[in-house]
Amino acid sequence: MKLLLWRRYRFSASHRLHSAQLSEEVNQRVYGKCNNPYGHGHNYFVEVAVSGPVDPSTGMIANLVDLDAFVEREVIEPFDHKYLNEEVAEFRENVPTTEIVCMEIFNRLRHFPKARLERVRVEETERNSFEYAGESEGVNHD
Amino acid sequence: MVYLTRKIEFSASHLYHNPAFSAEENRRVFGKCNNPHGHGHNYVLEVTVAGEPDPATGMVLDLKELKEILQREVTDRMDHRFLNYEVPELAGQIPTCENIATVIWRLLEPKITRGHLSRVRLYETPDLFVDCYGAGNGAAGSAGAAR
Repeated sequence: MKLLLWRRYRFSASHRLHSAQLSEEVNQRVYGKCNNPYGHGHNYFVEVAVSGPVDPSTGMIANLVDLDAFVEREVIEPFDHKYLNEEVAEFRENVPTTEIVCMEIFNRLRHFPKARLERVRVEETERNSFEYAGESEGVNHD
Repeated sequence: MVYLTRKIEFSASHLYHNPAFSAEENRRVFGKCNNPHGHGHNYVLEVTVAGEPDPATGMVLDLKELKEILQREVTDRMDHRFLNYEVPELAGQIPTCENIATVIWRLLEPKITRGHLSRVRLYETPDLFVDCYGAGNGAAGSAGAAR
């Protein structure tokens, strides 16, 4: 039997979709409203799944106090109420689409010491969500 | 293969306490959940069954049958109960989301005779939930198979 422990977090941030590799015209065509030079924002939701043996003395895969503190330090604090393009170094080079944001969050959380990171799912809005399970592990939406 | 999911809710109370720990250790490890009077949640359970639709009925399994199984195995046992004291399957365990989901999996798995149980997802709150997959059904993707 396999267990995944999921925890849901939220942050609010602004971004602008603009690629330095594309012309102004192509940026405008590809990204539309999201290319607005002043940026725009979202209330993001992040779901984090970890796995590991359940400690019989606590009944837990990981203590949520530890997971919450780690996610807060690695993701929420650096992302919340920030302009992602300018204030998170990784997004200066990479356009912060939610695909890229999701992968970056996974990379930041992969070294959680108390359990194994399995998946990260990010909702940009209620209608758009993205999920990433690392490079060697395809996401199965079963 | 088709995956069918049914959702139910139940409300129950619990507390986290390990008699092998000191009072101080219990408070440190379990925090607010160690309150001796207990506290409660509105649990939401999603049960996913996988299978091929029967050509005669178009169904993986009759939802009515699944509804009855969930009522008997989960709702009747856990709804409006104090999980630590009233659910024998949880006796001696800390009734965390991990352990409750595992108990539910073990209760349901042998009862699902059309198709097979693929996933049990138990929400303790909208921000905390557990997925339980059986061994070897590949439902957790290659990440699961590798472990």
